Amino acid sequence: MGKKNKIRGLTIQFITYTEVETLKSGERIKKLLDIILGNKIIILQGKLKSEEEARLIEDTMAMVGHVKNFKGIELAVITPDSENLSLMAKFRHGLARALGAQESITIIGPASIVREIKRDPRKIEILMNK
Amino acid sequence: MFKGKKELSLGFYGPPNAGKTSIANRICKDWTGEELGNVSKIPHETREIQFKEKVEIEYKGKKLSLKIVDTPGIATKIDYEDFLKYKMNKKDAQKRAKEATQGIVEAIKWLDDMDAVIVVLDVTKNPYSQVNITIIGNLVARKIPVLIVGNKIDLKKADLKKVEAAFPEYEVVGISARFGKNMEEFYESLFRLAKKV
Repeated sequence: MGKKNKIRGLTIQFITYTEVETLKSGERIKKLLDIILGNKIIILQGKLKSEEEARLIEDTMAMVGHVKNFKGIELAVITPDSENLSLMAKFRHGLARALGAQESITIIGPASIVREIKRDPRKIEILMNK
Repeated sequence: MFKGKKELSLGFYGPPNAGKTSIANRICKDWTGEELGNVSKIPHETREIQFKEKVEIEYKGKKLSLKIVDTPGIATKIDYEDFLKYKMNKKDAQKRAKEATQGIVEAIKWLDDMDAVIVVLDVTKNPYSQVNITIIGNLVARKIPVLIVGNKIDLKKADLKKVEAAFPEYEVVGISARFGKNMEEFYESLFRLAKKV
């Protein structure tokens, strides 16, 4: 493995739902991209709206080629399977959903570090670049 | 159907190399005699929106007038070095990467102009990718009817059932655009999709 390819350390930043809850869509995406540009992997409590995910991709693409060594992002959202929940859990699940999909977890990382996030309904694998 | 609208804007969306242009070409060739765009094994061959208007489809006594809109594959990352593997020189690879990023932005912007969308997925690939989910989520948010087409069913690794399991709320039709396999079922699904507009 070449010297320049060695990962010297990896920072995973956890962002709670309340940290981004009050931000406008544009601000929320900017906050996430700023962290990613710092070569950190984000674990976000909750998930972005579909339109925000699309905007995240658009803003990411606008940066590729303009920011040195930035190749894009890897992104995955895990949401619990509601069909397998008990009635009580379903109630809590429904309540959480009403509060803003906090039951999901979003993982976002810079593509230069994260090669692939394999997402299956029940597990998640983060594959790193050498 | 169409509620008085003359022509239906039908978008082809999906990840790169799923076969969006191959399917669009097959439809255009079937009904106009002309293809729409180039296809290639190298990802991001389609880097600009390309469309064909007034594609008149007549199938089992039913008629559809379509504007076929073929879009660049949507991805979350573009690395010009990936294109070097296809014996492309660095300058061309960098140009292709730049155009591909612009194409992705264009494809997303065009979502608002679609009446219905065919999401094209490669049935040899894992369907649980966030790009697929993001595309479908955006169509649902915009109330745009969706048909999922699982392409490349002729290949050994094809797993259409996995695509169906990943998106149980949507109609999924498996085809091979390359060999024209299962196109009858596809056209029937297309007419059902048009009814939802």
